Amino acid sequence: MSEWWTYTLADIKSFSLQTYYRLFELYNAAIWPAQIAALVLGIGSGLHLPHRGPRRHTWRGRAIAAILTGCWLWVAVVFHAHRYATLTWSARYYAWGFGLEAALLLWAGVLRGRLMFERRPAGLAIFLFALLVQPLVGLLLGRTWRQVEIFGVAPDPTAIATLGLLLLATGRVRWELMVVPLFWCTISGATLLSMKAPDAWIPLTAAAVVVLLAAWRTLGRRRGRARRRDNTG
Amino acid sequence: MPSPPTLNRRALLSSLAAAGAASILRPLTAAGQSRTILTRAIPSTGERLPLVGLGSWITFNVGDDVLARDSCAQVIGAFFQEGGRVIDSSPMYGSSQEVIGYGLNKLGHPSQLFSADKVWISSGGRGPSQIEESRRHWGVPRFDLLEVHNLMSWEEHLPTLFAMKKAGRVRYVGVTTSEGRRHDEMEKVMRSQPLDFVQVTYNVLDRQVEDRILPLARERRIAVICNRPFQQGALIHQVARSPLPSWAGEIDCKNWAQLLLKFIVSHPAVNCAIPATSRADHVRENVGASFGRLPDEAMRRRIVTHVQSL
Repeated sequence: MSEWWTYTLADIKSFSLQTYYRLFELYNAAIWPAQIAALVLGIGSGLHLPHRGPRRHTWRGRAIAAILTGCWLWVAVVFHAHRYATLTWSARYYAWGFGLEAALLLWAGVLRGRLMFERRPAGLAIFLFALLVQPLVGLLLGRTWRQVEIFGVAPDPTAIATLGLLLLATGRVRWELMVVPLFWCTISGATLLSMKAPDAWIPLTAAAVVVLLAAWRTLGRRRGRARRRDNTG
Repeated sequence: MPSPPTLNRRALLSSLAAAGAASILRPLTAAGQSRTILTRAIPSTGERLPLVGLGSWITFNVGDDVLARDSCAQVIGAFFQEGGRVIDSSPMYGSSQEVIGYGLNKLGHPSQLFSADKVWISSGGRGPSQIEESRRHWGVPRFDLLEVHNLMSWEEHLPTLFAMKKAGRVRYVGVTTSEGRRHDEMEKVMRSQPLDFVQVTYNVLDRQVEDRILPLARERRIAVICNRPFQQGALIHQVARSPLPSWAGEIDCKNWAQLLLKFIVSHPAVNCAIPATSRADHVRENVGASFGRLPDEAMRRRIVTHVQSL
């Protein structure tokens, strides 16, 4: 798009909040009961999170990564490319973004087995929020139960839950896997803000909290490495 | 950014004087009505259009939702029933073109339609295919008006549109902008290109176009369509908290929408305002601004002062 700098958020907005909520209502009806399967897979992922310990649970990491891969791919194709694209031209790019995240999760987590998880309070809280609380918040903020967004089939809870799980990944912070979910949270929050949606704060706050927690952890690891170098030197 | 509160009296008076008898508003009998609808002539041909059209940004972008599409069809039906003609859309507006096509098909393609669409793509070479896709969405044999949306790649698109006009594949050509952006470039295009129409943002609070664009449109004999008449609904929400002033009756306004629209269409350079709505009762209110008396300059100033005080 040339002259892109002349466009503001208000110009990019091209549908009403009522239409956006109705999109989820029709989408939920069309894919029922996929939501149940997605929730079961999400809960299964949570139950498979190993406690902190010396043992590496590679197969659990692969399983969780495979579930996330499937969810991102589903949202890319079934939601963005087939549904959301009827409202906005930008959905085709969102579909590619979600497809990219699915590919990254597949590569890093399933094929290479580089994603292992352990239970930590903050990441677990964000994951559980996206899985179980976010649909209820939607209900409290004006959506009907038919219009709620569910983990695994809708973009926001899928992105937020993924960010929560990535905070549970062992080793370094997996920034390369966080870029797309963080970008989506920003896009979604901006879209909802442009429509004055009462739940616009959810993806934006989630993204901000994840960035802070991940940055804090990255800094902590660097300080730890520096201390170890000082001690050995 | 809103322009200063005082109207450009000199420009307005000179425009009024220049308008002469040819552009005096003419009442026509609306379809199926005993009332007469006010129209204004397109300077390049003299064809007359009602003062209030129908926009489709946001409101008609409802995707595949059949219920919502039917509701939009009702809005379009009410619009034609009240005597409206101009419907405006763009490829930028998501499914709006398809929804308009759905409504027109449902209504049996009313003959009074004046179809206004845009080309909105950075590549000039892909403009014709986008226009053809838009035409298919509408289900019309050709567009009455095609405009370059937000001046995007206008150097490449305008030759295509003028060639289409010459070949009889579109009747009028124009360019658009919104929210007061790129007026310098708009002015340059208006001075250098044989445009039939421009589309700009103009409402009681956003009046930048009064300074240069509207006088230039008069001078160059270019018709003007005004978008964002209610500032995406913000303006109507703002004023609706206050009662309609009693003097609104002096210009036959029964509600705020009509007062705000009559302010716009009473400018002598303006041909048409295109409010968008998803409600049939609102479209009836809007088209109601095409009837009865219009504000004179003193009343226009009064409207501005009053709305600014709210």
